[in-house]
Amino acid sequence: MPAKNTYQNRIDLLQGTLDMLILKTLQWGEQHGYGISHAIRTTSGEALQVETGSLYPALHRLERQRWMTAEWKQSDSNQRAKFYKITKLGKQQLSSDYERWGKMVATIEQIMTAE
Amino acid sequence: MSLFQIFRRKTELKEELEAHLKMATSDRVARGESPTEARQSALREFGNVPLIADVTRERWGWLRLERLTQDLRFAARQLRRSPAFALTAIFVLALGIAACVAIFAFVDAALIKPLPYQAPKQLVMLFESIPLGPRFHLSYPDYLDWKHENKVFTSLDVFAPYGFMMNTPDGLRQTDGARVSAGFFRALGVAPILGRDFYDGEDRPEAPRTALLSFAAWQKRYGGNPKILGQTLILDGDPYTVIGVLPRDFNFAPAEPADFWALMKPNTCRGCHGLFGVARLRHGVTFAAAFPDITTIAKNLEKQYPDSNRDQAAYMLPLTEVIVGDIQPILLVALSGAGLLMLIAAINVSSLLLVRAESLRRETAIRGALGASRGRLVAQFVTEGLLLAAIGCSLGIVLAQQGMHLLTQLIPKDMRASMPFLVGLGLSARVIAFAFMLAVMAAALFAFIPLGRFRATEIRESLLEGGRASAGTTWRKFGSNLVVIELATAMVLLAGAGLLAKGLYRLLHTDIGMVPDHIAMVHVQAQDEKYGKPEQQVNLVREILHRVSALPGVKSAGITTKLPIEDADWTTDFVYVGRPNDGVHREVAIRFVTAGYLTTLKTQLLGGRYFRDDEDAAEPFVVVINHAMARQYFPGEDPVGKQIALDVDTKHPMSIVGVIDDIQEGQLDAAPRGAMYLPLYQHPSDGFVVLARTAQDESSLIPSLTSTIRSVDSAMALYEPMTMAQKIHDAPETYLHRSSAWLVGGFAIIALFLGVVGLYGIVSYSVGQRTREIGVRMALGAQRGSIYLMILSESGRLIAIGVAMGLVAAVTAASLMRKLLFGVHAWDATTLIAVGLLLAAASLLASFLPARRAASMNPTEALRAE
Repeated sequence: MPAKNTYQNRIDLLQGTLDMLILKTLQWGEQHGYGISHAIRTTSGEALQVETGSLYPALHRLERQRWMTAEWKQSDSNQRAKFYKITKLGKQQLSSDYERWGKMVATIEQIMTAE
Repeated sequence: MSLFQIFRRKTELKEELEAHLKMATSDRVARGESPTEARQSALREFGNVPLIADVTRERWGWLRLERLTQDLRFAARQLRRSPAFALTAIFVLALGIAACVAIFAFVDAALIKPLPYQAPKQLVMLFESIPLGPRFHLSYPDYLDWKHENKVFTSLDVFAPYGFMMNTPDGLRQTDGARVSAGFFRALGVAPILGRDFYDGEDRPEAPRTALLSFAAWQKRYGGNPKILGQTLILDGDPYTVIGVLPRDFNFAPAEPADFWALMKPNTCRGCHGLFGVARLRHGVTFAAAFPDITTIAKNLEKQYPDSNRDQAAYMLPLTEVIVGDIQPILLVALSGAGLLMLIAAINVSSLLLVRAESLRRETAIRGALGASRGRLVAQFVTEGLLLAAIGCSLGIVLAQQGMHLLTQLIPKDMRASMPFLVGLGLSARVIAFAFMLAVMAAALFAFIPLGRFRATEIRESLLEGGRASAGTTWRKFGSNLVVIELATAMVLLAGAGLLAKGLYRLLHTDIGMVPDHIAMVHVQAQDEKYGKPEQQVNLVREILHRVSALPGVKSAGITTKLPIEDADWTTDFVYVGRPNDGVHREVAIRFVTAGYLTTLKTQLLGGRYFRDDEDAAEPFVVVINHAMARQYFPGEDPVGKQIALDVDTKHPMSIVGVIDDIQEGQLDAAPRGAMYLPLYQHPSDGFVVLARTAQDESSLIPSLTSTIRSVDSAMALYEPMTMAQKIHDAPETYLHRSSAWLVGGFAIIALFLGVVGLYGIVSYSVGQRTREIGVRMALGAQRGSIYLMILSESGRLIAIGVAMGLVAAVTAASLMRKLLFGVHAWDATTLIAVGLLLAAASLLASFLPARRAASMNPTEALRAE
């Protein structure tokens, strides 16, 4: 069963990284919840499966923080869906998140490669 | 965030998640899965949809509000599910709140709301006290001396309620008014809303006469026309110019009702008493410091003018006390009564909630087991309490408004006029706040009582027990305590009502020295121009009596200058004739009456004779005195035949021809005082009261009585027609006693009912809980009698404790309201025993019903019962 496989391959996301990934996904254009989770999964080569139980609360939280706006539209497959769009505030947040992420990776790398 | 928005966002979220599922499904179908299979896998992959929706919604931050609405809906549903419980609880609560709020509105209007004057706490009222009592009138010269010599008041003015005779197109008409000194309104800090106030010195004898109108009179008599300023009125035959209109909210209870306010002209008669003083304390001077100052002035005047001022001391009271002093005790008693009723109501609803929490144990336990958090369960009980309190309170406020209206209607008209502060009665902000406070207290009580039932462990226990609560004992004990309090409170109210009712009965059946039934009467004031001379007045009186006596149904008729059962005003001092003047001041009430007056009232002649009708100014002067005067001033001797005089030089001696039993001249509850009755024909007057005793219904005589008198001279003013029974019924002290007896009585009946119902509930519940136990007992051979005994002795113990506690509290409470108990002791044994027996009997009856149910149980069925 494919679902089972993806479950086994899942990488647990660090706290706060999901927000960054969602915002990053939206930089490529507006997208609905299913599209975002699909994009994250395919871009990560099926390694990252965002749980809907984390995704939707995160989407609504980000919307409330005005990092993105939402709008109901028809999707390509003619399905009415709620499309999220990153805001200017969201873009600033994304760049500061990414910067912090980079520092953290570097710091962890430094620790891991220490003799 | 409105509920509608919440609802819209909720459906939107549902749609959003559904769209996700649809897209996931169609992707899978595209990959070759069958539609059903695809949908199922998509669902599985998605997870718990409602849970995710819930978690997502939590991000919005308004879940608490949403939960509250959910709890409210749940509570409403729960209440709807048991309408009997809900209706009972709401009704009982509304009743308690209504009683409290209605009475509090009166307390607020009378005792809390400040009087409509500037700094009313600085105002005091001044009297002259005489041996007959402390609250008598000042004379004008005394007023001037008090005003000039005191060092404690910034102002001192006088007023006197006064019935003006106004010339109208229909003839002379009596109107209500007052006469004041020029600075009166400035002393109160009240300014006319139209025109001007009296100026200082406007009361000089030579100044033109002026008058102010009350706002109500301006509206009622002149339609609020501002052109009234400068117009002339004829009052008492003199022209008065209207100079102003007083504010709408102005009232001055000691002189009300008053339509016209005029100035009093100075006089120099130190022995003529007719004024009350109003003074404003100097800043920083206390009441206690001012009293000695004014007392010293009065003492000096007494030394200076021994003839007129002997035994005339100063007396002073805070103005507030004068205005609300009479009504204060009854209001406090009524408020305490209402408070006790509220207590019973709250306890009653609480025990209902307890029984309910008990019966919902299982349901609660199941909901707990299914994952409802303890907080959530608690929140739901709290919400239910809140909802009950809110509905009960709203209903209570509506009922209270009706109650207030009803209570004001029950106040006799004259009495209402003397309580102008009740005009603003209603749901003021303070009253609403009070109602709100009661509701919050009730809600807190209702919410927290069931909380005691929740302990985390209990949820599991209740489930294991299958809902058959053996743990009911603790709560049963608590419930019993509540019932004991309830019964004790009911006992206090019942005892209070019983004592007040007995006092009222005593008051109404107190010996007033006359037979008050079947008497109709009316006041008459003749015009000065036509009846100024004594002979004219005598002829008028004779003519009126002649015509009235000829009326069909009239058995006898009489005339007096002042009716009994009023204040003890109209007093005089007198001296003995033929004894050396010892300088002692002897003061008694004085009335001028016709011979027929005393016989019409059916007074008791104790010695001597009544006047004869032909004893007029040509005959030797005579006087009839009452028993109290005979006892006080002629101790150990027969006063009949002795001579007294009103003037110190005894130029006009009067022979005492008779002694009668005391007619109650003062208020019903006052002690008898000395009084003398002089023939009206020897001392005629143009204003008097005509009384007629009839064989028929006395109120039906009033129209013919007034029309007959009017036929003598239609220009005379006839006013205040009434019956003697009505006068007694409407007397302020009767009203005070009656209203407190009725109010507390009403509360007591409700309390009795609620207390008994509460007991019934507790015993029934206890019987229900012990069904199996009773079954076992019966199966083991217990007789029905012993089951009865078991149940009844349990409730009998509660009743005994409740009644005993109530008795102690009742005696304490009753001694606090001694003032309202006329001729009854707080520990009046017959009343207390009767009331205790009534409560015990009613309570036993209430517990007899469930006991019978228990005793007539079929043991086999009882054992099978859950």
